Amino acid sequence: MTKRFFSDTAVLLGRSLRHITRSPDTIITTTIMPIAMLLLFVYVFGGAIKHGSGSYVTYLLPGILLITIASGIAYTAFRLFTDMQSGIFERFQSMPIARASVLWAHVLTSVVANLISLVVVVLVALLMGFRSGAGVAAWLEVAGILVLFTLMLTWIAVIPGLSAKSTDGVSAFSYPLIFLPFISSAFVPTDTMPGPVRVFAEHQPVTSIVNALRDLFSGQPVGTGIWTALAWCVGILVVAHSFAMVTYRRRIS
Amino acid sequence: MTAGAAIHVRGLEKSYKELEVLRGVEFDVERGSIFALLGSNGAGKTTVVKILSTLLKADAGEARVDGFDIAVQPASVRETISLTGQFAAVDEVLSGRENLILVARLRHLDDPGAIADDLLERFSLTDAAARKVSTYSGGMRRRLDIAMSLIGNPSVIFLDEPTTGLDPQARIEVWRVVKELAGHGTTVLLTTQYLDEAEHLADRIAILHEGRIIVNGTLGELKQLLPPAKVEYIEKQPTLEDVFFALVGTDQ
Repeated sequence: MTKRFFSDTAVLLGRSLRHITRSPDTIITTTIMPIAMLLLFVYVFGGAIKHGSGSYVTYLLPGILLITIASGIAYTAFRLFTDMQSGIFERFQSMPIARASVLWAHVLTSVVANLISLVVVVLVALLMGFRSGAGVAAWLEVAGILVLFTLMLTWIAVIPGLSAKSTDGVSAFSYPLIFLPFISSAFVPTDTMPGPVRVFAEHQPVTSIVNALRDLFSGQPVGTGIWTALAWCVGILVVAHSFAMVTYRRRIS
Repeated sequence: MTAGAAIHVRGLEKSYKELEVLRGVEFDVERGSIFALLGSNGAGKTTVVKILSTLLKADAGEARVDGFDIAVQPASVRETISLTGQFAAVDEVLSGRENLILVARLRHLDDPGAIADDLLERFSLTDAAARKVSTYSGGMRRRLDIAMSLIGNPSVIFLDEPTTGLDPQARIEVWRVVKELAGHGTTVLLTTQYLDEAEHLADRIAILHEGRIIVNGTLGELKQLLPPAKVEYIEKQPTLEDVFFALVGTDQ
């Protein structure tokens, strides 16, 4: 059964990756907004923001990478929704295949698509003067955190993908996720924020993840903050996954 | 008597919230025959098909497909059946050939490419094989859909309103395919709201009405339920269908 799960997932993954290579516009539109924000904040607002030492683009990139992922997973929900609507989902479910592989193929596709978008955004940031003192190990840790963050948001995206009634509903859920980094340490240090906002900003997941990425990029030893970041990611991932599976079971039984 | 039936349904019940869709559906389908489930929109035909193809769970009753209990052995049921749903279940982004290969791979068959080419030939889709399915006509899409359902030689095929939305020529093509299937020993359960479709294709016809099968028999038996035919002499006018085919030709 597990052997079947892996081979079925591989076949279905091949299918949805082909969807991406045939409509590369989904990758391009995913990266447009984060790149536009990067340009806007670095060249328009950045000069007026007091963020400490170093270039602002280097300060900003971790938050922009999280926004890239948040806008990318809207397509995951959309692709899943399209499958549900078209009847091909029912065909898969009526076939002798491992049922979980239908979902996993979409989840892994989401990881691949987001990694491509992230590479594009990092390249643009490099052109704009982003520099990192991180070694190979630190880059791998960055990649690991970003993949974990993608998985976490993807499992959240699976829920509307399975249960949405319309195309509008399926992508609306990602807007709050895109704006969450604004109330965090992603754009400005949190210490200028007024009391309650600051409390929220300092205790929401984005800030700890952004801070961990920033430390890794700058080649500094990561503090205990990275454990907070990982705990948020894993915790939300587990909750989102179980909600997604409940939704899935409801849809297929 | 029922041991040899390809599909065996007893006391099937299903409600959506307060709405009782099926209220004790019972029927048997003989191996290698075409069985038509007739009913108006919302009669519950699709619900019956979804339950038998393990996509939905029944609230009560039992059903066996090819001897396997759908509630206890759903995985074995999925090995033997194939479903062609109401909406063509094809991948629009892939080509026709890629769609067939996809299904062959998921059924773990050897040489998916050869299987695909063979089916493309059988369903006159060879010329369109490399084209994206989104460019296909409704009839081509339906043919591809049915072709995908035949991969792995399932012994029971469910066709849910296979000709809804098709033009008359595409409809006749689908009919030809269905007859051919039954000729090869495949059991076909099809649902339709077109009476002539059931008349043309089915060995047995059942009418689903208000959640129950109200009649079940051959066409001849169904006709006997009405008073005997009266002999009347009327001028035979060509039907619009006759005119249509005379004009556009029916070369198959």
